[in-house]
Amino acid sequence: MISYQIKENPEVYDAVVVGSGAGGGMAGYVLANAGLKVLMLEAGPFFDPAKDTMQLRWPWESPRRGASTVRPFGDFDAAYGGWELDGEPYTRAAGTEFDWFRARMLGGRTNHWGRISLRMGPDDFKPKDGVTDPWPISYEELKPYYDRVDRMIGIYGTVEGIHNEPDGIFLKPPKPRLNELYIRRGAEKAGVPVIAGRGSVLTEALPGVEGRGTCFYCGQCGRACRVYGDFSSSSCLVIPAMKTGNLTVIDNAMVREVLTNDEGLATGVSYVNTKDLQEYTVRGKTVILGASACESARLLLNSHSAAHPGGLGNSSGLVGRYLHDSTGASAGGFLPQLLDRKRYNEDGVGSVHIYSPWWGDNSKLNFPRGYHIEYGGGMRMPSYGFTDWVPNVNHLVPTKDGKQREQGGYGVSLKEDYRRFYGASVGMAGRGTALARYDNYCEIDPSRVDKYGIPVLRFHYKWANEEVEQARHMQETFREILHEMGAVVASPMPGPETKYGLEAPGKIIHEGGTTRMGDDPKKSVLNKWSQSHDCRNLFVVDAGPFVQQGDKNLTWTILALSMRTADHILQQRNKLNI
Amino acid sequence: MNRRDSLKALGLAAAGGALLLDGCGPQSKTGKETAAKGAEKLPGVQDWEHVRNGKLAGETFFTDHELATIGVVADIIIPADGVSGGATDAGVPAFIEFMVKDIPAYQTPMRGGLKWLDVQCQRRYGQVFTECRESQQLELVDEIAYPAKAKPEMRQGVAFFSLMRNLTASGFFTSELGVKDIGYVGNRPGVWDGVPQDVLQAHGFKDAWG
Repeated sequence: MISYQIKENPEVYDAVVVGSGAGGGMAGYVLANAGLKVLMLEAGPFFDPAKDTMQLRWPWESPRRGASTVRPFGDFDAAYGGWELDGEPYTRAAGTEFDWFRARMLGGRTNHWGRISLRMGPDDFKPKDGVTDPWPISYEELKPYYDRVDRMIGIYGTVEGIHNEPDGIFLKPPKPRLNELYIRRGAEKAGVPVIAGRGSVLTEALPGVEGRGTCFYCGQCGRACRVYGDFSSSSCLVIPAMKTGNLTVIDNAMVREVLTNDEGLATGVSYVNTKDLQEYTVRGKTVILGASACESARLLLNSHSAAHPGGLGNSSGLVGRYLHDSTGASAGGFLPQLLDRKRYNEDGVGSVHIYSPWWGDNSKLNFPRGYHIEYGGGMRMPSYGFTDWVPNVNHLVPTKDGKQREQGGYGVSLKEDYRRFYGASVGMAGRGTALARYDNYCEIDPSRVDKYGIPVLRFHYKWANEEVEQARHMQETFREILHEMGAVVASPMPGPETKYGLEAPGKIIHEGGTTRMGDDPKKSVLNKWSQSHDCRNLFVVDAGPFVQQGDKNLTWTILALSMRTADHILQQRNKLNI
Repeated sequence: MNRRDSLKALGLAAAGGALLLDGCGPQSKTGKETAAKGAEKLPGVQDWEHVRNGKLAGETFFTDHELATIGVVADIIIPADGVSGGATDAGVPAFIEFMVKDIPAYQTPMRGGLKWLDVQCQRRYGQVFTECRESQQLELVDEIAYPAKAKPEMRQGVAFFSLMRNLTASGFFTSELGVKDIGYVGNRPGVWDGVPQDVLQAHGFKDAWG
């Protein structure tokens, strides 16, 4: 008989943090720097961008030339994980859809993100349209933390004074690429504003910050940066926090449940080591979940006890509810003005150089809220499939000698076409507010477990008319911008049969809302400090606490909220409340 | 840290600018060897990914005849010209061999498409594709290389040729030879200060912000 023994770590940490992404990383960083003994558990392996990056590698160094067979965003993308993980399934209720992206590694999904760092605005926290619940906090209450995040981590951008797109403390932004100048010109003709991007990349040295290099413009933030020139939780938070001597990381630790005592207070967590499959428990005076919105909800729902029969912190029954991602839709074409363009290095930064903040007037629209637009294109590093579009469109413009030709082809003339069209493509993608709804949620699937025996999530998510109409508006706007730029668009506009190209929920990887904060314990899971209403030494610091995200990619808000929660924990400790 | 420190951290600054560019340039030796053998595990590659790559590299899918046909078709799609070599010079057949093992959904369309090609040639010219005269090969390719004007009965050939064209172009332009040909000059440390002045002028923009 195989003996089954749980290995107990006798040390009682001041805080146990589950997850090492933006939320867990920030909480760990603040608490460790304040002198607390912190234990951080990460389900995946340790990862240090200084050693483990694929930065500056060439396409031929991948046998599949960067194709997305193994990693969803290609071989060179830093993230270990994807939409499907071997042995870690999730399910969907019939007639609903959700795709769940998980990264299993130090830094979590900060290894895969666009470094686009937007603050939510006053109207995002306290909506004037009454469509969704207000947050229990205002922009003004979070602003000092956004400011601290800007100074600590670094962000470029321009001061614009737009009411619901608050400015930060900005480093200089990268200048636009050539296609981006055309985009800006076309968008402005179409009535769409275009401003400098806002990204967490060090375009200049950040005062007071040691150990991080400035950007050298390879445009490869997504591969992880060897000199820590951009924001990843590993390089900017976890690894620096480890250097204080107060933060210990245990990697390959998949947390099974949060342990509680008879009074219902959290005492620590149990986890399975994913390498040796042994079971462990660790103890902490405070437990902080930053496992990602859905993974933290799963953990709470799987942590039931006599004191918390419906799952830990779930007396409201709302854990897993109000799940919402961003909307997403995209379009593209090519610019005849950029055919046969002069070659030079325009890699730039790995975040956006320009973007369009939401400009619409909802009183004239048939959907609430809005979206921002991100733009792409340019003379990027060749990778698998990057030329596929050329033979589909090469008949749409005359050759250099002014001749019409047939679509497709081969030989010297086709080879010339590939060169001719290189760098002439433009793309744009909308990222918008999807409404947080009670009926969109995740719960524990009653009959399925993962390979560690942990019950898995079942998703229930459907788009509603508001999101579909928003996607239609995106597509119409994209076409106008492309038209005003003089771009050639080869593909027809998607129609209602595809929800106007609206991506499935989860595809934009901005999910949040599953442990929403609020003042009323019956209508929320957490209080305004992201502290459980039911269990005062339990906190959630990922995107779970979001009442409703704006059209502002959520990382910067996760960081600000987590920093604020960590500050609160320190204050409460001083008052001996926890 | 300033940018110079960044370069130091990359291990490049001490070597000076010239070596810095050489080390990262398209002529880098290390990359070529890695690609050819697929044996060296790069930092950041997970163990299971490396094992999978090695296993695929060790398997054989195409027969010698199929691989030879792929080589001929690939060089028809991307021949050598005054600028660079052709598809086989860039190792395209080996790349396609890897890709059909990496993405098994390509296996039947590729194997069946190659067979379709040979059957067509047998009927028309009494020989498999590789044994046909170049004029005969091109006569058939002309019927499957242009989707809009291809005859309905040639559609299977069009689908095969489109797949083959995409794989060939991917393999060629992501090789050392192809990256140089297409003129990608990034992937090296530098400073981005906006669109060069002469390009701004040529495109009618007044300054770097348009």
